[in-house]
Amino acid sequence: MSALESFLAMGGYGAFVWPSYLLSLLVLGGVLVTSRRARRRSEQALAALREQTSRIRRHAP
Amino acid sequence: MLKIVLQPDAFSRLGAKASPWLAGITAVLLTAGVFLALFVSPPDFRQSESVRIMYVHVPAAWMSLFCYTFMAAAGGAALVWRAPLAHMAAEATAPVGAAFTLLALATGSLWGKPMWGAWWVWDARLTSELILLFLYLGFIALNTAFDDPTRGARAAATLAVVGIVMVPIIKYSVDWWSTLHQPASVLRMSGPTIAAEMLVPLLIMAVGYTTFFLYVLLIRMATLLNNARIRALRQRQVRTGWEAAR
Repeated sequence: MSALESFLAMGGYGAFVWPSYLLSLLVLGGVLVTSRRARRRSEQALAALREQTSRIRRHAP
Repeated sequence: MLKIVLQPDAFSRLGAKASPWLAGITAVLLTAGVFLALFVSPPDFRQSESVRIMYVHVPAAWMSLFCYTFMAAAGGAALVWRAPLAHMAAEATAPVGAAFTLLALATGSLWGKPMWGAWWVWDARLTSELILLFLYLGFIALNTAFDDPTRGARAAATLAVVGIVMVPIIKYSVDWWSTLHQPASVLRMSGPTIAAEMLVPLLIMAVGYTTFFLYVLLIRMATLLNNARIRALRQRQVRTGWEAAR
């Protein structure tokens, strides 16, 4: 068995070790990506609204 | 300090300054932690290579309790002082805490199957951790369950504060009840009982998970602050619209 194969086999526990790490990566990565996306959307919405209100104010008598 | 806690704009400036540092520190710690956990730390003499699950399981379980304690403290502060920023901290924490709890349960299951021969057992540690997941989900559900957001916020914060009893129950469940789960081997009065080669990567992962939480907390609080600013602007628009129409 090559060094890589034996590393991947994890002494016969590969089917439990690798899913643990993969799942941790997916869940924490998912939390990070969705949180950042939500922040970007909120920034865009706020900027658009500020732009809109300043335009209204400029046109106000 | 008080200014940062009470003033959203001061908090936003601090958050913008701190978050690249937190992101960098988290990336370094988690890369180093995973490297040490997979390549450097030794296999356990009884559990062999399956012990490597510990490095993602234990920090997730610690964070599930840490986040809950933080959420309950912030929720309690929001109830007592009516500080919107405190409630935002609790609200921002809940989904992250739920994610850590889910990971603790899932990786525990993946560790339990080869070691205990069962994916799941209804023992004190596992059951109390599952209840913690439901507390997080209950907070999220209650927070948005009312038409009046302040009512929802107060109901959710009350649940968070009451649910804090679960934290010591989970921590000491392995001592109070007979269980398949092993007792504490790091956070114990007489000091850690695991070898340094395992303790160091475990602590690096735990600190990395903590800075990850703080980083995501800042991002999520920034979102909630932006949304609050949007609501305030819209309300002002509606008011000025009425005044213009009069």
